[in-house]
Amino acid sequence: MGLGVGWAEAWIRHGADVIAEHRLELIILDRDIGDGDHGENMDRGFQAVLLELDGLPPEANPGDVFKLVATTLISTVGGAAGPLYGTAFLKGALAVAGASTLDGAALVALLTAARDGIVLRGKAESGDKTMVDAWTPAVDAAAAAAAGGADERAILLAAACAAEAGAVATEPLVARKGRASYLGERSAGYRDPGAQSSALLLRAAADAAARG
Amino acid sequence: MTGTPGKVGLVFVSHSVKIAEGLVDLARQMAATTTLVPAGGTDDGGIGTSFTKVIEAITAADSGAGVAILCDLGSAILTAETARDFLGHEVRSRVHIVDAPLVEGGVAAAVTAETGGDLPAVVRAAHSARALAEEAGAVAAAAGTAITRTVILRNKDGLHARPAAEFVTLASSFDSEVTVNGKDAKSLLGIMSLGLNCGAAVKLSSSGAEAEAAVTALVRLIESGFDESGS
Repeated sequence: MGLGVGWAEAWIRHGADVIAEHRLELIILDRDIGDGDHGENMDRGFQAVLLELDGLPPEANPGDVFKLVATTLISTVGGAAGPLYGTAFLKGALAVAGASTLDGAALVALLTAARDGIVLRGKAESGDKTMVDAWTPAVDAAAAAAAGGADERAILLAAACAAEAGAVATEPLVARKGRASYLGERSAGYRDPGAQSSALLLRAAADAAARG
Repeated sequence: MTGTPGKVGLVFVSHSVKIAEGLVDLARQMAATTTLVPAGGTDDGGIGTSFTKVIEAITAADSGAGVAILCDLGSAILTAETARDFLGHEVRSRVHIVDAPLVEGGVAAAVTAETGGDLPAVVRAAHSARALAEEAGAVAAAAGTAITRTVILRNKDGLHARPAAEFVTLASSFDSEVTVNGKDAKSLLGIMSLGLNCGAAVKLSSSGAEAEAAVTALVRLIESGFDESGS
């Protein structure tokens, strides 16, 4: 059956709402170990995405939605999250380009390409206390679920749960990339804001699929 | 394409509008005709970086001779790299993001661009600022095999700005280590930090395959007075 453009748009709209709800939480997390702008930057970017989505042509496919998200985030976020999420959505869009519906394998390809885009742009590895620490467990869990025959909803649910666990697991880590790395050992004890926003967005993807 | 014809253009990407604009003012003193474009702050002038500003700055700086981009913290580099990825292949091939200290590297790059240095030379000049920061600027010439000559600076401005850039560009063209009074002759800021004025004694040492040729050419350049009027 697969997930179509309705799901992709619902994911992003729901994701924008979730980012807005968690704006202050992301600001506080980022203030602890960064420059405090992550919540504001993400909210500004996703509000701009909502405006752009209103102009989406009726014949658009999921890849078109992700491409629009990418270009909008890149030009509106203002912090490192712009190029990082922008590249993630851009590479994800390329991985599913032209497909009108996404099956389990396509979802795994989407998430894998997005994660690879973040790694390409940010050059972070697992354990550096970054977004990658949410995305890589999510990709692994999605791939395992797909290999086990799970449907699209279950695949996204597995990814969301793994991303949330990955975000929590950044708390004891010492940052090796990004602004938090300037703090060295003092960055331990705080959750990485980028991993947290990644977990929120992947949960929004699963929720949008479950509702649809 | 805009930018000064034939010259490498520079883009300064900073989180702060003031830093980027201030650096243009600073570098402008020594690079009057080079295209220097600030790309500081977010679209609304806040602290952050703007993809749109960076793209527009690259376009404004590009005369076809290449663009060197210098950045401050983290997301400035990510934004510049993302912007570069969005350029057409032809433009992208002549846009270089330089990993160098923004202020020191920016000034060194601007002076080299002003003197007509090509993109690799401008990038090397910016890198030389990083080497200076790491105190790798002082290179001891190998004892025994080194060629050493001492000449007196005769041009009015000594080894500053334009003459220094010319000197470094020439020194960099040789496959040999060259030092000037103990400093790396291929580091623009290293040379300028010596503060060598008219009348100063300059001790050139070189070792390596092209040592003799390098010292001879550099002595000739110094003795020519760098084509300055009044030398």
